[in-house]
Amino acid sequence: MKPAHGIAWLASVAALALAAAGPAAAQKTQLTVYTALETDQLKAYQEGFNKAHPDIEITWVRDSTGIITAKILAEKAAPKADVIMGVAATSMAIFATEGMLMPYAPAGLARVAAQYRDAANPPAWVGMDVWGATICFNTVEAAKRNIPKPETWRDLTKPAYKGQIVMPHPASSGTGFFDVSAWLQLWGEADGWKFMDGLHENIAQYMHSGSRPCAAAAAGEYALGISFEYRANREKARGAPIDLVFPKEGLGWDLEAIGIVKTTTKADAAKKLLDWSISDAAMALYAKNFAIVAVPGLSEKLPNVPADYGSRLVKNDFAWAAKNRDRILAEWSKRYESKAAPK
Amino acid sequence: MLGEWIAARGGLLLLGSALFVFLTLPLAMLFVRSFEDRGGAFVGLANFARYVQTPALAQSTWNTLTFATLTTAVVVPMAFLFAYAIQRTCIPAKGAWRSIALLPILAPSLLAAISFIYLFGNQGVLKALLPVFGLEAIYGLPGMVLAMAFATFPHAVMILLASLSLADARLYEAADAMGASALRRFMTVTLPSAKYGLVSAAMVAFTMAVSEFGVPKVIGGNYPVLAIDVYKQVIGQQNFQMGAVVGLVLLAPAVVAFVIDALVQRRQKALLTARSVPYAPKRAVLRDALFLAYVVAISAYMLGVILMAAYGSFVKFWPYNLSFTLDHYRYGFEEAGVEHAYRNSLVMAGLCAVIGAAITFAGAYWVEKTRGADWLRPAIRLQAMLPMAVPGMVLGIGYILFFNEPSNPLTVLYGTMAILVASTIVHFYSSSHLTAVTALKQLDGEFESVSASLKVPFYKTFTRVTVPVCLPTVIDIARYYFVNAMTTISAVVFLYSPKTTLAAISILHMDEAGAIGAAAAMATLIVATSAVVTVVSLGVEHLILKRTQAWRRTSVAN
Repeated sequence: MKPAHGIAWLASVAALALAAAGPAAAQKTQLTVYTALETDQLKAYQEGFNKAHPDIEITWVRDSTGIITAKILAEKAAPKADVIMGVAATSMAIFATEGMLMPYAPAGLARVAAQYRDAANPPAWVGMDVWGATICFNTVEAAKRNIPKPETWRDLTKPAYKGQIVMPHPASSGTGFFDVSAWLQLWGEADGWKFMDGLHENIAQYMHSGSRPCAAAAAGEYALGISFEYRANREKARGAPIDLVFPKEGLGWDLEAIGIVKTTTKADAAKKLLDWSISDAAMALYAKNFAIVAVPGLSEKLPNVPADYGSRLVKNDFAWAAKNRDRILAEWSKRYESKAAPK
Repeated sequence: MLGEWIAARGGLLLLGSALFVFLTLPLAMLFVRSFEDRGGAFVGLANFARYVQTPALAQSTWNTLTFATLTTAVVVPMAFLFAYAIQRTCIPAKGAWRSIALLPILAPSLLAAISFIYLFGNQGVLKALLPVFGLEAIYGLPGMVLAMAFATFPHAVMILLASLSLADARLYEAADAMGASALRRFMTVTLPSAKYGLVSAAMVAFTMAVSEFGVPKVIGGNYPVLAIDVYKQVIGQQNFQMGAVVGLVLLAPAVVAFVIDALVQRRQKALLTARSVPYAPKRAVLRDALFLAYVVAISAYMLGVILMAAYGSFVKFWPYNLSFTLDHYRYGFEEAGVEHAYRNSLVMAGLCAVIGAAITFAGAYWVEKTRGADWLRPAIRLQAMLPMAVPGMVLGIGYILFFNEPSNPLTVLYGTMAILVASTIVHFYSSSHLTAVTALKQLDGEFESVSASLKVPFYKTFTRVTVPVCLPTVIDIARYYFVNAMTTISAVVFLYSPKTTLAAISILHMDEAGAIGAAAAMATLIVATSAVVTVVSLGVEHLILKRTQAWRRTSVAN
């Protein structure tokens, strides 16, 4: 083939490809959604939404809570996201304070419990479901090493647990952050940090997602992983020899929340996603993963999660957590990050 | 003739400006940004001062140097003994051992880390061995050094095989005649002749370890290193200025290693002269048996590490239920979106192979064989060697800073497949360029002189003579790009978008989510893909050599 022919051939292939892709792309609205939802949840949510709105295509940008939060803040001048979905309410409160969200009252907002949405009217963000602290306790490894099952957070500072506990890094993981924030709100700053000093002595690794500590405990790498109920149930269902422990003092938690980015040029499609996200159909999907969903009465009993789970959650002040997030993370990093030696 | 004049200079200019835009400018942005605050105002050394004052960051610098030094100290002797066994003893089946030793090149470095968790993790099959070496747990420095030694082994072996391949038999005869002991002969004859290779191997291993991201991420536990810090600053905190600073700190040891290597190599003199007699090892039963045992052990180790990860990917629930399953592959493909990532990787690696080989080979030809625009050549040669000293992470941040700069018209490339292909080709350019130059230098310059006197434009000579003759080399380069593009994460981890996510990056994500079985599955798939591509391309090369390169055989026979 002579070069000239080659180029003509390439050009015609390109033209064909464009012609084929053009109309299909033009019909669908592309919605960029930043999320910290678990990868294995995204597919079901996307399919559920597309059942109602096949004309809107979601492009997920997924990362852990800490990274997604930093990314959204860094892009403040020129946001790339249209919607933020499944990101901690603590982070949403920060975006709202920064004026980055477009207040919107999705259809059926009144059904959402008042404590599970932004207090403003119309709200800047709306909750989807609650995810909360759970310890994955590996019974096989514990029996081997004679480690008792913990009942409380304070138990975890006992010498018996030395080198046996993994937990999520609060700067990377939303789960890690609400643990720290709950301990501080539960016992006050002084006692909260004192507890974490003790806990730090027993921690084998700070991991960069809320799921990995439970996966590590499930695989027996460590006896205990501080994690959240969705991952704990998933691992148990896969056959992991773990018990779910809900410490007595109270459980840290946060909301997976959704909100529209103010600068979006696709507000109509974004609003459709918000309307769907608090619909009964969506709540039914969340209820498969989490014990408490934002619309009261639509929650379902999850295996391994106690019936009184809701009353075990600590009082979580999102406004306080949002305002103090930077300070808490800096203090945490100062205390525990520079002790870098491997255990 | 005007056309030829333009083609000669145009090609050079094109190559020179491509390297300038895709290598030099992004790196320059790193320097610019490191002196600015978040708003873009010049702040002098303030960022560097903050870096020094952050204890966690300063700690990482020492950790990184410790990690790289230990890795080098482990891998160089290990590789030297291996290369020595192949080149200087009479063990059987050398070709097979050699192929096995090069296997880790096909695997993402993450595979080694995952495999060492299966082997020596708290539930590892060989965990009982840890206390023998005085270790409590594999996480942290021990695991990182082991995994990195595995990943750098083939690179060190290749260099040492080359440096041990030639020796002057007269020196050995002289040593024997003077009654030198075997040890003395080794210290005074063998080692000095291999010292340039040893320095090169050490520098390559050191540089690779300094800039490694995947291994510390997966098995590093609470042992922070610079590559992780760069990632945390840039991706975790979106602090590009601090990222630029850490990137420069990361660049320093790599550049020092590069310069040392370049200085040492310059002093290298020809080991063989016209009067030399090539050294051929003689049989020595005990020595050969010992070296065979060593080579078999190392080969078993290399295979074992890869097979352990493959095994883990087929196990239902490690370590409690070891029955066979395809669940991890199914999970990866159906739920974690790996199918998409795997396809992207194939496309990316394919593009890198084709475009990379074309640009590298044509570029080397333009630089070495054409005439005119001589002022451009040194600049191009320098830029062609630069990527060797630039860690992938550093190149990646440079790309973000440069291509995400709103005033840059090239921002359209940001988040596309094109930027992944460009960064990967640049990242692996130096070795490919050297390979092409070596092959071209073996061709007599007479070809160009004859075509010039026959008034045949040089590009006809290029397409009709040079490319067909060098086709095996071109395929080698394409394969090198393909295999590396399949496994690389360091630069692309900053540059992928949701639509262009890659298989090697999905390993990282699955490991982070705790799906280690699925991560092992993806790593296994990458090794298998690269292995198939390698075997097929070697087969094609073999056919080409048989059909069109008969002239090479006569020269070998001489």
